[in-house]
Amino acid sequence: MIHALTLILACQLAGELVARLSGLPVPGPVLGMALLFGLMLALPRVAATVQPTGEGILRHLSLLFVPAGVGVVGHLSSLGTHGPGLALALVLSTVLALGVGALVFVAVARAFGGGDSDA
Amino acid sequence: MRDFADIWSYLAQSPLIWLTATLVAYLIGDAIATRAGRAPLANPVLIAVILLAALLWLSDTSYTQYFEGAQFVHFLLGPATVALAIPLWTQRAALRRALVPILAALLAGSLTAVIVALAIGHAMGLEAGLLATLAPKSTTAPVALGISQSLGGSPTLTAVLVILTGIIGAIVVTPLMNALRIRDWRARGFAVGVAAHGIGTARAFQVNPQAGAFAGIGMALNALLTAFLAPWALGLFQ
Repeated sequence: MIHALTLILACQLAGELVARLSGLPVPGPVLGMALLFGLMLALPRVAATVQPTGEGILRHLSLLFVPAGVGVVGHLSSLGTHGPGLALALVLSTVLALGVGALVFVAVARAFGGGDSDA
Repeated sequence: MRDFADIWSYLAQSPLIWLTATLVAYLIGDAIATRAGRAPLANPVLIAVILLAALLWLSDTSYTQYFEGAQFVHFLLGPATVALAIPLWTQRAALRRALVPILAALLAGSLTAVIVALAIGHAMGLEAGLLATLAPKSTTAPVALGISQSLGGSPTLTAVLVILTGIIGAIVVTPLMNALRIRDWRARGFAVGVAAHGIGTARAFQVNPQAGAFAGIGMALNALLTAFLAPWALGLFQ
């Protein structure tokens, strides 16, 4: 577990360093994710080390956004004034993104192949 | 015995009490969600946030004071983002087999989510800071918070918008896909992973295992893509 945590934190640290040095607008942990994926593909040992601990963290992913979510108490007034705009933006963008994403997947899979669904 | 007020003022200074409260609130939320058969509206995060907000208000505790304890949980967002590489790696065979439809649907779904949200927000007169807060809402929370922060938005408000987006996606996905007559479980799952991250992915796993696996791929890939798309898309509306 310590090995896995060290690897994950080291990837995050490397990601932060690259993000700062390059000035890319990408959060460091996202670059860390790309780095870890590359390492897992290249070295099967990395995958075996990281998997149990990483899956443990991901199983309770929702817990991790509770502290940030509680911060909404400081934003209640802004949610009140901008509520209708935000609500409309959330609902329409999510519905359209779902429809467009699924339709494009089906159309491209039909045009280019890409295997069949199990179902 | 010491006065309760003394003990309280001692405990209120230490991170222990709010760290414990965060975990307890989440466990309560999770227990309620399980009771409710994992109905999308009974979201454990939403329940935990409401409980904690009420507790802070009742005990007259500031968010800064609360965060002294909660920061230990909050810190794990970074490592969790890095760990998203794991579902991607586990699904690498499926990823390779359907690479072209996956990339096309990723680009289409992610662009639609960001651009439509910003266009409506802009039309409804939201200010620049709020648009930056809104832009990353379809991606998974740890990544969304990072993007929001780097764009000058409000990460705490983004966290709430991310949760709401997940709940909307989880509620809408099954009736919408049925109405569109999409029967490919890969397409249904992938789209909900891109548009509604972890909450949508959890919903997809309830409906069909293949849909769940593809939702996981969609969530991880969109975390990467949104990091590049959101700053660019935001530029279009400023």
